[in-house]
Amino acid sequence: MAGFKKKESREMPELSTSSLPDLIFTILFFFMMVTTMREVTLKVKFTTPQGTELVKLEHKSDVSFIYVGPPTDNLRGQFGTGTRIQLNDRYADTREIMDFVAQEREGMMDQSKQIISLKADKETQMGVITDIKEILRKSYALKLNYSATQRN
Amino acid sequence: MAKKKKKMPGLNTSSTADISFMLLIFFLVTTSMDSDKGLLRQLPPPPENQDQTVQINERNIFTISIASSGKMVICGDYSNPVETSPAELKQLREQVKEFIKGNPHPHSTERPDVEILDVNGKPTVCYTKHVISLQADRGTPYEKYFDVQNEIVAAYNEVREAKSKEMGNYKPFAELDEERQAPIKAIYPQKISEAEPINYAEKFAQ
Repeated sequence: MAGFKKKESREMPELSTSSLPDLIFTILFFFMMVTTMREVTLKVKFTTPQGTELVKLEHKSDVSFIYVGPPTDNLRGQFGTGTRIQLNDRYADTREIMDFVAQEREGMMDQSKQIISLKADKETQMGVITDIKEILRKSYALKLNYSATQRN
Repeated sequence: MAKKKKKMPGLNTSSTADISFMLLIFFLVTTSMDSDKGLLRQLPPPPENQDQTVQINERNIFTISIASSGKMVICGDYSNPVETSPAELKQLREQVKEFIKGNPHPHSTERPDVEILDVNGKPTVCYTKHVISLQADRGTPYEKYFDVQNEIVAAYNEVREAKSKEMGNYKPFAELDEERQAPIKAIYPQKISEAEPINYAEKFAQ
């Protein structure tokens, strides 16, 4: 039975997607490396001042944040518009900063490298900032970073 | 006919992509990429006893006081407060630079005290006794204070940068290794005193 083989239909071969998961995983790992988890939900609103002589915060694990500013819009009804200090997830008093610093220091690998990053609203009155600074001095957290954005 | 060899069916992996996409999106949402930047300052340790005031000679101290109105008083010249506008800040930077380099500050005729230090095997005159004192009223906006701080740090950086070039370093000062930074830091030590706030209202009233 001689005959011609039926010619295969000429279709585009399907694109192999087997490497797609690997690709996506690579992107995923990249993002996991370069980003940091958002640690707290912000309860204060702040716009940091602008500066030119800024340095980058290198080791995120050595940094503790203190947020200073007026309550966010949805909390304004409850807490008013006065300047508040936020430590972790709640509003705090200046006196609580000492405990906060000690607590943060406990979980650190190298306790001498502790840096406090002060994220304060630019409209804040210096009285509040100075009080915080005095407490930080007393708690021997002497590396202070005034958080800011780069200005050209 | 020969029976086909029974093959293990391959695991369907077509949904792996979707799963990893989901993870990717989750991470994109929950993390933040913002690189934190700021002005790094070293605070002085707390005073040992309550009334620890060091008397500093007037020629060694450059005081900048910021009132709650945002005006600056440079070196105790209360009759002539200046605005914290970009132009005035630039002028302040120049004044601070001159002072760091050992020239008398605007309200003094004497140079700050010197110290002879051994830098790279050569005795060098260093104005290490100078202090820049920054004071702010309790009502001063943080932004004004920050601007002035930024300007002082900029003055130090510029002076150090110039010295670094003079010593024959090609790279910018910030990128040098510590060994090369050390002599420059010894010549121009950063001495910024952030004193406690004082109520300036009455001084302005005079």
